[in-house]
Amino acid sequence: MSRYFTEEHEWIDVAGDIATIGITEYAQEQLGDIVFVELPNEGATFDKGDDAAVVESVKAASDVYAPISGEVVEANSALEDEPALVNSDAEEDGWFFKLRIADASELEGLMDEATYKKFVASL
Amino acid sequence: MTGKDDIATIEEALPLEALPLDAWHRAKGARMVGFAGYHMPIQYDGIMAEHTWTREHAGLFDVSHMGQLTFSGEGVDDALETLLPSDIKGLKPFRQRYSMLLNEEGGILDDLMVSRPGVPGEEGGAFDDAVIYMVVNGATKYDDIGWMIEHLPDAVTMNHMADQALLALQGPEAGEAMAMLVPGTADLIFMQCGPFEWNGVPLWISRSGYTGEDGFEISLPADAAAAFADALCALPQVRPVGLGARDSLRLEAGLPLYGHDIDSRVSTIGADLGFAIQKRRREEGGFIGHARVMQELADGPGAKRVGLAIEGRLPAREGATIYAGDVLVGDVTSGGFAPSVGAPIAMGWVSLPHAALGTALEIEVRGKRIAAVVASMPFVPHRYRRKA
Repeated sequence: MSRYFTEEHEWIDVAGDIATIGITEYAQEQLGDIVFVELPNEGATFDKGDDAAVVESVKAASDVYAPISGEVVEANSALEDEPALVNSDAEEDGWFFKLRIADASELEGLMDEATYKKFVASL
Repeated sequence: MTGKDDIATIEEALPLEALPLDAWHRAKGARMVGFAGYHMPIQYDGIMAEHTWTREHAGLFDVSHMGQLTFSGEGVDDALETLLPSDIKGLKPFRQRYSMLLNEEGGILDDLMVSRPGVPGEEGGAFDDAVIYMVVNGATKYDDIGWMIEHLPDAVTMNHMADQALLALQGPEAGEAMAMLVPGTADLIFMQCGPFEWNGVPLWISRSGYTGEDGFEISLPADAAAAFADALCALPQVRPVGLGARDSLRLEAGLPLYGHDIDSRVSTIGADLGFAIQKRRREEGGFIGHARVMQELADGPGAKRVGLAIEGRLPAREGATIYAGDVLVGDVTSGGFAPSVGAPIAMGWVSLPHAALGTALEIEVRGKRIAAVVASMPFVPHRYRRKA
């Protein structure tokens, strides 16, 4: 399984034609205490860059974009009861949704972990 | 119903300035943001933790961005009674009162605290024998100063104390913490104030604040602020708290934030701040904006500032529109998750027929309607120290 990252601080795990998407440790740290996550419905389809989810911290609402195109096959229902899971485990249990990848070539423009780390360090 | 955009524009146009405790905040690990023209700490450990700490112990806030003004000379009380709708002549020495500046149409230019630091010429005064000490909002202070210069007679001298810092210590343990450094403060009750001293530093301390908790606001020379803040934070009850928690605390306390919940387009009565206009002032008038106050007292305001309890977990934020069925009846002016309530809450303006407590309304958030009920404020009971 390979993990990709975006400049919008999302991570994407790819297994076969399914991508699991969440926000990074850096993103949750910047957002602060998360109190609500609005997730997409199963079956929704997104083009790369579409608004896919909204994460509400105590202070503000922030959009989460679809980092690649695809159809939502599952949303993380655990976040409905425990949105703070995004704070405590952003890059594993705090995942947002899974997409059936529409165009695998879109992954090519994304960063690997080492590149993303450098990107964050430069901010 | 918000002047937020105007303030944001000003913030972008001018470079941010540093406040006296800038380096102190950064050393404490604060995340700094632009607010009211200054670099200010939004949070240290996290908004939720800081909010809860303040409700259970004591939080130290830096509010040095606020404008601290003194008024001296002949006829200060008379002059200020033309500018403020509150009873200034009846304000006793060492007492503080909430008031506001109104424009000719009765719109709110700013809300503020006014206090009498003693009797000029007698012992126990402060601020070079000033007649009145006033604290105004940071984002509006220069407009306030301009407005007051225009309307005050020459015999009254207004001084902007740009070299004074202002701290707030808030929470149920604020009293015991403050008494360890400044024992005399133990005798103060809510809205009393007076001059004190700590390690030779003159302090002006009032028992007041903007969180709904017991606590103090402390005016002191900017060059002594870091040492005093360190001394407070060395106490086990005290931790620094940022603007983020200050906002969630004041929202739970039902207190309006200028530029958001109140601004120059709304009036005192609609804003439910009529308590700041004492009976004599209502009857006699003689202040700018009196006509609107009397008209709204007689006929009712067109809309009211209300609290909104929200069903579910999705927060409704500033700018969200409020509906009664298909009819647009108002908008949210402050909103967010309330840590001490454990649910989202909001403050907003709703047209009068829909503003009664218990009225079921809907708020539109990202195209969805969420259920809300007009709720009494404060959302979290005030715990001011009203008796010695």
